Amino acid sequence: MIKKLKLSLIVIFANCLLVVAAQAQLVVEISGDVQDPTPIAISPFGWSGSGVLSEDVSEIVSADLRRSGLFDPVPREDMLSFPKTPENVAYRDWRILGTEYVVTGRIEPQAGGYLLTFDLVNIFGQSKMFTKQVRGSGQQLRDMAHRAADEIFEAITGIRGAFSTEMLYVQETTRGGRPSYALMRADIDGARAREVRRFDQPVMSPMWSPDGQEVAYVSFETGRPAIFRENLQTGARQQLTDFEGINSSPTWSPDGTKLAMVLSKDGNPEIYVLDLNTGRFKRMTRHFAIDTEPNWMPDGKSLVFTSDRGGKPQIYELTLATGQVDRLTFDGDYNARPRVSPDGKTLVMVHRSRGVFTIATMDIESGRMRVLTETSLDESPSIAPNGAMLMYATKRGDKGILAAVSLDAGGKYNLPSQRGDVREPAWSPYFD
Amino acid sequence: MLKSVKTGLGLACVLAVTAGCSSTDTDDSAQQEMTQQPQEPVVDTPPEPKEAMPLDNIVYFDFDQSLLKPDTRELLIQHADRLRGTTQNVRLEGHADELGTREYNLALGERRANAVRDFLVLQGVDANSLEVISYGEERPAQSGSSESARAMNRRVVIVK
Repeated sequence: MIKKLKLSLIVIFANCLLVVAAQAQLVVEISGDVQDPTPIAISPFGWSGSGVLSEDVSEIVSADLRRSGLFDPVPREDMLSFPKTPENVAYRDWRILGTEYVVTGRIEPQAGGYLLTFDLVNIFGQSKMFTKQVRGSGQQLRDMAHRAADEIFEAITGIRGAFSTEMLYVQETTRGGRPSYALMRADIDGARAREVRRFDQPVMSPMWSPDGQEVAYVSFETGRPAIFRENLQTGARQQLTDFEGINSSPTWSPDGTKLAMVLSKDGNPEIYVLDLNTGRFKRMTRHFAIDTEPNWMPDGKSLVFTSDRGGKPQIYELTLATGQVDRLTFDGDYNARPRVSPDGKTLVMVHRSRGVFTIATMDIESGRMRVLTETSLDESPSIAPNGAMLMYATKRGDKGILAAVSLDAGGKYNLPSQRGDVREPAWSPYFD
Repeated sequence: MLKSVKTGLGLACVLAVTAGCSSTDTDDSAQQEMTQQPQEPVVDTPPEPKEAMPLDNIVYFDFDQSLLKPDTRELLIQHADRLRGTTQNVRLEGHADELGTREYNLALGERRANAVRDFLVLQGVDANSLEVISYGEERPAQSGSSESARAMNRRVVIVK
């Protein structure tokens, strides 16, 4: 795979972020300094082999933790010492710096790869919390760093880390004066971006299969929108639909056996469910309005979707067994493209109020809505498998960029592309 | 905004319609034909003229709307006059601006193209010769986030 693009990473701390409450009383006013990020130091890891490692592993760990918004890693130049083992950690020095945790680590060469041993030390508790090891091949130093970050994150927050995940997105560039579209894949920090497939016609709506092995997307290569599934390992792919009209918004059921989608072959867009084993399509909605953008509840028993059956786009829930449809959103005049959090309790969506499109979350039980972003053309939210952050697409000037925000709005960062426009990020599931 | 871009033709249509509120459609189109002729050289045609006597082949819409605007009805009647009785296949490509979600905009683009199709069929054009396809916001005519760019992107293109 060719690296067509390097995503540079810009970390923004939302210390002075203030999101103006939109329209209704249910929208909470939030600011980014609701919590203090935990001070942590990732001491530069030791290396007992020869030469120089191709990656600064401890720096990758540090950057991962910083991006989460929950940690404030100590800059290397502020450290008084670089301990490689817990025994060498000078508790008093770190306490003076206000550092709550110190990570030490050592990398050793192994046959065909590396072994990283790392320790998490609690400074105020004056105790070692764990020592763990992760192995990798010669090309896996970044993966090893992300795995270490996952372990540290979980030990301190109780939330499983998602630094080892990836994303899919769409990149549009100009080639020979014509637009060129690529389905791209990258680490979740934007590194190691590579092309999955290139298209002359638009490609949209990439969606991971629950096992992370496949992607479903919409391509216009046949002259009209059609849904494809593609194996990300082998590149083998299959066209799933070729109906007249719209074929869009594919989304895998949590068990991976079905694909919900939108077809307009009946005259207007309706939600369908395709059984991937039998190849049978089942129509789920019957309404003259636009019904689109389905997303499964984690239990697989219902779908949330966008419909303008009430006059404006709003989010509804469809119970599959009964066909019953209930409206979920009432705040604002445009709520669309819902995604459900892994625990099924929170919706994220594109929310417009006062003419501005932002990303909002809503607690499904209470209906409480909260605006997370403060830019104006935000779309395509996609939630991390641990439910802690989401990735979305926005504009900087006229350029499409990716950005992320934690679901409590505390952490924020942007992932602009050096070339072309990037959009429609899809956060992968866990790969194990 | 779009009126200024379509200069003579668009303005003539609006004038014809407002002036002729009580007159019939045929009167309107006659008036339209007449006013259009001298204006032709100043019409700012998008860069895809393929016919000897090209009709403007793009109709524009308001934000989140699929209703045909009065001035576009005049243009569509002219298209219908040419298409009626022929077997020529025509593609109606629906588009949306960048505002709103991509999949919803795909549906919106289709709704706009359907509105054009339904109007042409009412004017006697064979429904089987008309194919509707929506590109949503995926193929903008103009890039950028200005209101003028957005107005140019909320469109249906009649492709013969």
